[in-house]
Amino acid sequence: MNRLIAVLTGAMFGVGLTLAGMVNPYKVLNFLNLLGNWDPSLALVMGGGLAVTLVSFRWVLNRPKPILAAEFSLPVRFDIDRKLVIGGVLFGLGWGVAGYCPGPAIAALSFGSAEPWLFVVAMLLGSFSCQWLDKRSSDS
Amino acid sequence: MTEFTPVSALAGGMLIGLSATVLLLFNGRIAGISGIVNGLFAADDDRLWRVLFLVSMVLSAGLAYHLTPLAFSLREGFPLWWLLPSGFLVGFGTRMGGGCTSGHGICGLGRLSKRSLVATASFFLVGLATASVSALLMAGV
Repeated sequence: MNRLIAVLTGAMFGVGLTLAGMVNPYKVLNFLNLLGNWDPSLALVMGGGLAVTLVSFRWVLNRPKPILAAEFSLPVRFDIDRKLVIGGVLFGLGWGVAGYCPGPAIAALSFGSAEPWLFVVAMLLGSFSCQWLDKRSSDS
Repeated sequence: MTEFTPVSALAGGMLIGLSATVLLLFNGRIAGISGIVNGLFAADDDRLWRVLFLVSMVLSAGLAYHLTPLAFSLREGFPLWWLLPSGFLVGFGTRMGGGCTSGHGICGLGRLSKRSLVATASFFLVGLATASVSALLMAGV
């Protein structure tokens, strides 16, 4: 049953990204670039998503546990460290150049463009590199 | 140029929020795409739901793109090699910062996480600055 939920929510997410226009890098960059013909659409994507989660998460997380799992799998860290900010900065740099963030890049793999394929391969390499560096520094 | 599309943007955003709600309510999981992907390569985790979520996301986005009026002209002329350093930075940064637009932006802010607020502010501000500056540079060439 929780497999079915994964399929259902993945489908909702994919259609949501496409409907929202997040999968179109022109649209993303026309939002992030404040000096051109600004397209404010993506502010409404974030606003629409947050309008839902700000209300629903409070209600969901008040439950003792999820319907199909033993417990909620939530992040366990609460401290603000340098890695959090540097990670955000690096992510913002790549996002601002390419116009893709992880969800839309993966969702767009089926559109027939080479762009998301190159981007996703490089993204995985970046993620592995970070993990490898992390592991190396914690081992030494 | 792209048109301002307030209705589809709001509806798409709400559908993403609803997806995150259902996943959390039933499976207790956070719908953060970078986190879902990174968990695929963690040895001790249940990988199947991640695969199902991602495959379903790719297929449904593809169907929505190819079979409905949501199709748009794919970007042409963007230097393809730029996708390699930018993709690398996105992968590196989202792993280092523990989340992306969905995990920190939609889900983390949704549960009022301070870490997510700091991360989201970082990548939004830098994303805005980067896209604005690179548009200026390209206009100047």
